[in-house]
This record gives sequence, structure tokens and C-alpha cells, in this order.
Amino acid sequence: MNALHRRGPVAWLVLAGLLVLLLALVGPFLIVALNSVKSPEDYSSNGPLALPVEIHLDGIRALWGRIDYPRKLWNSLVISLTVSVLAVTISVFNAYALGIGRVRGRYFLIAVFLLANTLPQEALVYPLYYAAKEVGLYNTRLMVIIIFVAIQSAFGTYLLSSALSAFPTELLEAARIDGASRFQILWRVVVPIVRPMLMVLFVFFFIWTWNEFFIPFVFLISNDVQTLPVALGVLQGQRMVDATAQSASALLGMVPALIFFLLFQRSLVKGVVAGAVK
Amino acid sequence: MTTSTTPNTPNAPSRRPSPYWIYLAPGFLVFALVIGAPLLANIGLSFTNWRGSGTPEWAGVDNYTRLAGDDVFWLSFRNNLVLMVGMVIIPTMLGLLISATLFDYIGSTFSERWSSFFRAGYYLPQLLPIAVAGVVWGWILHPRYGVLNTLLETVGLDALTNNWLGDKSTALLSVGAVMVWFQLGYPIVIFMAALGRVEPSLYEAAALDGADWRRRFRHITIPMIRPELMVVLLTTTVHALKVFAQVYVLTGGGPGNATNVPAYFSYQNFFEKAQVGYGAAVANALTIVIVAVMFVFLRVQAAAEREAENR
Repeated sequence: MNALHRRGPVAWLVLAGLLVLLLALVGPFLIVALNSVKSPEDYSSNGPLALPVEIHLDGIRALWGRIDYPRKLWNSLVISLTVSVLAVTISVFNAYALGIGRVRGRYFLIAVFLLANTLPQEALVYPLYYAAKEVGLYNTRLMVIIIFVAIQSAFGTYLLSSALSAFPTELLEAARIDGASRFQILWRVVVPIVRPMLMVLFVFFFIWTWNEFFIPFVFLISNDVQTLPVALGVLQGQRMVDATAQSASALLGMVPALIFFLLFQRSLVKGVVAGAVK
Repeated sequence: MTTSTTPNTPNAPSRRPSPYWIYLAPGFLVFALVIGAPLLANIGLSFTNWRGSGTPEWAGVDNYTRLAGDDVFWLSFRNNLVLMVGMVIIPTMLGLLISATLFDYIGSTFSERWSSFFRAGYYLPQLLPIAVAGVVWGWILHPRYGVLNTLLETVGLDALTNNWLGDKSTALLSVGAVMVWFQLGYPIVIFMAALGRVEPSLYEAAALDGADWRRRFRHITIPMIRPELMVVLLTTTVHALKVFAQVYVLTGGGPGNATNVPAYFSYQNFFEKAQVGYGAAVANALTIVIVAVMFVFLRVQAAAEREAENR
């Protein structure tokens, strides 16, 4: 009754349904792109669904200058890259001690790291805010970097520890007999083998940090240090933009995300899965 | 350098501290400074009526008794429950259905290519910074020039146009709907990966035995991906409890607290009303709920794993 490989009308109907859903999910991206290249007059007379009368880049150009787009990209990039490198490094160190070194109380520590990652940032933000002001780190990228190194590495430690606790003991034993020090074993034996996983972690830390809103929003208040999502989110939150500026703003926010998607698609899918199955 | 201790044999308990402790030092330092100490400080603050400067004054459990009687606080949790429908329940159920269709139907009837193409497309919104997603939807749902209202007018459904985010009766549902759009890709990616573990012959055998799609879904798909189902439910529930940026960008908690959530409410107390002690209490209440959710899920998961092993 149910042939697996036949493409009857039902099959085409299901395919069409999935395509409609895809369009609904991707539609906002398309419609943003469509309207960000319209002039305000074109938008108000022909509405958001018509094709642009002509390609009009003034909206994007105006917003580009208004938020100092290159500066915001640079801030986001500096923060996200530094956080990823440091958080992966710390995760490896922690996981080496917990997963391979099997220090006492490791289960408790791993649970603490997991828990730390699920805490709401609101429960940490005020003391951090106060401390940052006291030591002169308020409104600096460094403060945001330090906070996210801690938060991301808590997750990385949790994930890597369980992976490393299944690390083949023979390899470690062999290296030890060859006279390798603990650091050499980490650097020459463990890291090369888990490198694919570290890459996945790196990509995730990068994108997560890039996408963060709350902490950068609280800690970065001046234009020269703000990240891109904060600048765009605050602009929107103030309700001070018109229709075309808003779609230009959405476009400028989407472009980096789309680039990451194309660059990292494989690692992302792999990583989402790794996170799910521990 | 050789060591006489063998930290890799778990059966040999050594009384000496493990030489690996040193590797925990940098992580521990950052952790203590950024997470441990602030968390404790926040708990302390919640028992004071501090306003952000001067010496905090002890207030006992005043903030917590105030919480218990604060309508806005309870409303914010109720709003959060509604958002969970959009962030947890609908994406998970739709995600199950879609990933099973892609895997057991599109993959075999058309090709694997099609199913990975769909998966990638559905995942796309997940990559946007949530603030940018807010900009996109704030524009689409704008009452005057928004895409949705224009679309409704174009097809003659003027009666359905609405101030989606500004009307008390639709604001929360609109935010919830945006969250469905944003979240759907996550369960799909996870469930499809989980289905990759299932023996294809299992489906074929069931199909040959005359099990239709619906029965294969119930008797093969669901039981096989139960662990992933739990993970998706847990992570999205925790995410839903932490919602902040969506609310800030789309509605600012309004109109009249109609979309306020605990995270945003604590932010308002910290930074807009300078009621630091009270904000800390709200944040702690949220923390307790999240930790409780984690705990319950982990217990249920452990029980399910034990059950699976005994079978």
C-alpha cells in the first residue's frame, strides 16, 4: 500500500508544502534585501512587495555612515575572535584536567560548569557592572571579552570533558613511555586528535559571541566600542528609523550572518549535533 | 618528564593532589571572577535595598515578600509561559514532523540532496543575531508601513490589519510567532541527525510489513530519537526562560507590560529604576526556576536511560 520510492501526486504535494514553509522562513531575508535597495518614495508609493523601480543605495549608505558600520564590524570581530581563541584554549586545559587527568571531584566540577552555562546573565550582570566601573573596565571591549571567555568556556569544558574521558588510553601510555611531558602529551597527542571538535567549538563560540546582545548592550555604551547587533538593536529599540532605513539596517545585520552560514555550514550542523548528543 | 603516579587508571586512588590541577587554574580564575563571585554577590544584594551607590542596607527577605505580591512579576512569568509555546512546544512538534518527513519520505522518494537542502534553509534564521531578527520583524510587523499589513491590504483583507506589536491583545502572540520562525531550524537539525542513527532497513521492513507513514512515525521515529527530544526540550525551555533581546528590540516589554518577561523585568529594576536589590531578587527567582527545570530534565533523562538499558 505504501511504496517507498514512488513519486505520486502526494509526494509532489508534500514537496510543495515543504517549499512553502521554506519560503516562509527564508522570505523575510528576501523581502529585506528587496526593500533595502528602494528609495523612500518608491517604498511609500509601491509598498514593500513591489520590485524596486531602480536600485537605490542611499538608504544603505546613510545607515552605513550613521552607525559607522566598518567600526561596528571590527568591534564584533575583535571581540568574537578573541573570545573564541581564549575560550577554546581554556576549555582544552580544563577538559585535559577533568577528562584525562581525572582530578578528584571531576563530576562535581563538570556539573558546575554545565550549570554555569545555563545561568541567566541577569543573575551576574549587576555585580559585574559595578566591578567593571570600579576597576575602569566599563565600556571596554576587554570586559565583554573576559565575561564571554568565562561563559563560553564553561560550555566548552562540559562538552570536551566528556569527549576526552573516552580518549584512548594506549595513546597516552605510549607517549608517556616515550618520555613526553604532560604538556607535550596535551599538545602533540590530544589536541591533534580532537582538532575537528575544537574547530566546531571555535565556530560556535565565534557565532554565539557575535550574536550576543544583553551583556554587550549593558557594558558597551559608546559608539566606538559597540558591537554590530547592539548598535542595530538599540537603533530599533529607540524607534527612530523609517521604513527603508529599517530594512537597510536589517540587511547590514544579516550579511555577516549569511557569510558565516556559507563559510561554516558544515561545522555548524556537526556542532549542533555534537552539542545535542554530548 | 615521567611521573610515578598513573592518573589514568581510575582504580588507583592517590592521596596526593593530581598533578593536572595546574591546568584548571586559568579556567578556574576566570570562572570564579566572572561567574562564581558575581552570582554570590547577586544573592547577597537581593537581601538589601541597595540603589547602586552607597553602602547596601540589609533588608532581610523584604524583596522576596514584595516579589510574591508583585503583579508585574507574576505577569512576566505568565508571559514567559506563553512564549514557551512559541519557543518550545510548536518548534519541537513541527520539527519532529518535518524532520521525519524529510528523512523518511523526501530522502527516500526524492533524494538526500533535497532533504539536506531543506534542512539548511530551515536552519538559516537560527544564525541571525536575535537583535537583528528583531529589527527584521519590527519592520515586517510595523502598523503603518509594515510588510504584513500591506500584504493583507493588497489581498483585500483590510479587516485583519493590526498594530501587531502595539496592541495588547496581539503583542505577546506576535513575539511568540516570531520565535517560532527563529527556533524551528534547531530541532530539525538535531532530529535529522538523530534519525541518521536509525537503521534504514528498520523503516523498509516496517513499510514492507504494511506500516504506513503515521505508524512508522509513532513506533520507530519517536522512540528512536527520544534522547534528542529530551535535549531539545531542555535547551529550548532554558532559552525561553532567558528571553531578553527579542522583547527589548520588538516591544520594550510593552504595551503596558503585556510582553514583559522576568529577564527584562530584572533589567528594568537594575538599570532603569535603580532598584538593584529588587532586580537581584527577580534575577535569583529566574535562576531558581531555570536550575529547577534543568534538574527535573536531567532526572527524567537519567531515568529514561536506565529504562532503555534494562529493556
